[in-house]
Amino acid sequence: MKKFTRTFFFVIPLLLCIGQLAAQGVKNESAIGETMRSSGRIYVVIAVMLTILAGLVIYLVRLDRRMTKLEKE
Amino acid sequence: MSKTKNYMYKSWWKILGVVLLVYTFVAGLLGKVPNLPALEETVRNLYFHVCMWFAMMILFTISVINGIKYLRTFDIRYDIISRQYATTGIVLGLLGYATGAIWMSYTWADPNNPAFQSFGALAREPKLIGTAIALLIYFAYLVLRDSIADMDKRARISAVYNIFAYAMLFPSIWIVPRLLPSLHPGQEGNPAMNFKDIDASMRIVFYPAVIGWTLLAVWITTIKIRIGLLKEKKWQ
Repeated sequence: MKKFTRTFFFVIPLLLCIGQLAAQGVKNESAIGETMRSSGRIYVVIAVMLTILAGLVIYLVRLDRRMTKLEKE
Repeated sequence: MSKTKNYMYKSWWKILGVVLLVYTFVAGLLGKVPNLPALEETVRNLYFHVCMWFAMMILFTISVINGIKYLRTFDIRYDIISRQYATTGIVLGLLGYATGAIWMSYTWADPNNPAFQSFGALAREPKLIGTAIALLIYFAYLVLRDSIADMDKRARISAVYNIFAYAMLFPSIWIVPRLLPSLHPGQEGNPAMNFKDIDASMRIVFYPAVIGWTLLAVWITTIKIRIGLLKEKKWQ
C-alpha cells in the first residue's frame, strides 16, 4: 500500500517533466516536433492513445504482480 | 452485498465495454471531424483525453456512494469498493493529465499560436492548477488511509474524507477554472454536454467512447475489489 502511494508521488513530477520537455521541443522545432505536426497533427492523437495504453498496461502489470504475491502467500 | 457481487461476475458489460472501445478507436480515427484550424486532427483527442476525465468523475462518484454506504452499514466490503474505485479514478486522472500535456504541447504551445509566449503562460492555466488540486486531494485520501493501522477507524475516517474530497472535486475542476480566463475549451456553458458545442459527427463517437472507457475502468476496478475481498476473507 505504501509503495503504491510512493509511486504516485514519483509519477507527478515525471508528468510535469514530460510536459516541459514537450514544450521545449516546440521552441527548437526538433525532428519529433516536425513529425508530430505533419498530416494535420494526427500523430498527437496517436501519442495520446499510446500514453493511455501504456498507462493502463503498467497499471495492469502492477496488479498482476500483486495478485501473484497474494497467491504465493 | 450479493447484488454488488453479481455485476462483478457478469461478462456482458465487459464485452460491451470492449466493443464500444473498438468502435471508439476505429470511428475515432476514421470518422469525419469538423476542420478547426487551431486543432486540425488533434480534435480527435476528445475521444481519449476528455473521456479519461469523464470516466474519472464517474468512478469518483461510485467511490463516494460506496463511502456513504459504508457509513450507513459499517460493512467493511463497501470500504474496499470505495477505495478501489478511488484509486482507479486517480489513475485515469493521471492519464488525463499526461494526455492533456501532450495535446497542449502541440496546440496552445504552438509557436504559431499568438496566445503562447512561454511555458510559464501555460503553467498559469487555471484548468491545470484546478485538476492538480483535485488529484492532490485524492492522493491525500490514499496517504490518510494508509497511515491508519486500525481497520475500522481507517474505513470510517477515509469514508468521511472521501465525501470532503468529492465536495472539492467539482469546484476545483469545473467551477473555479471557469471563473478565470483560460485557454481550455468549455469556458461558457457545459463543455461536451452541450449539444450545440460538439458537432453531431463527433457526438456519435464521443458518448459511446465515454461509456466504453468507463466500463473498462470499472472492469479493472472490479478485479481489484475481488483481490481486496479475497485478502479480507483470508485475514478473518
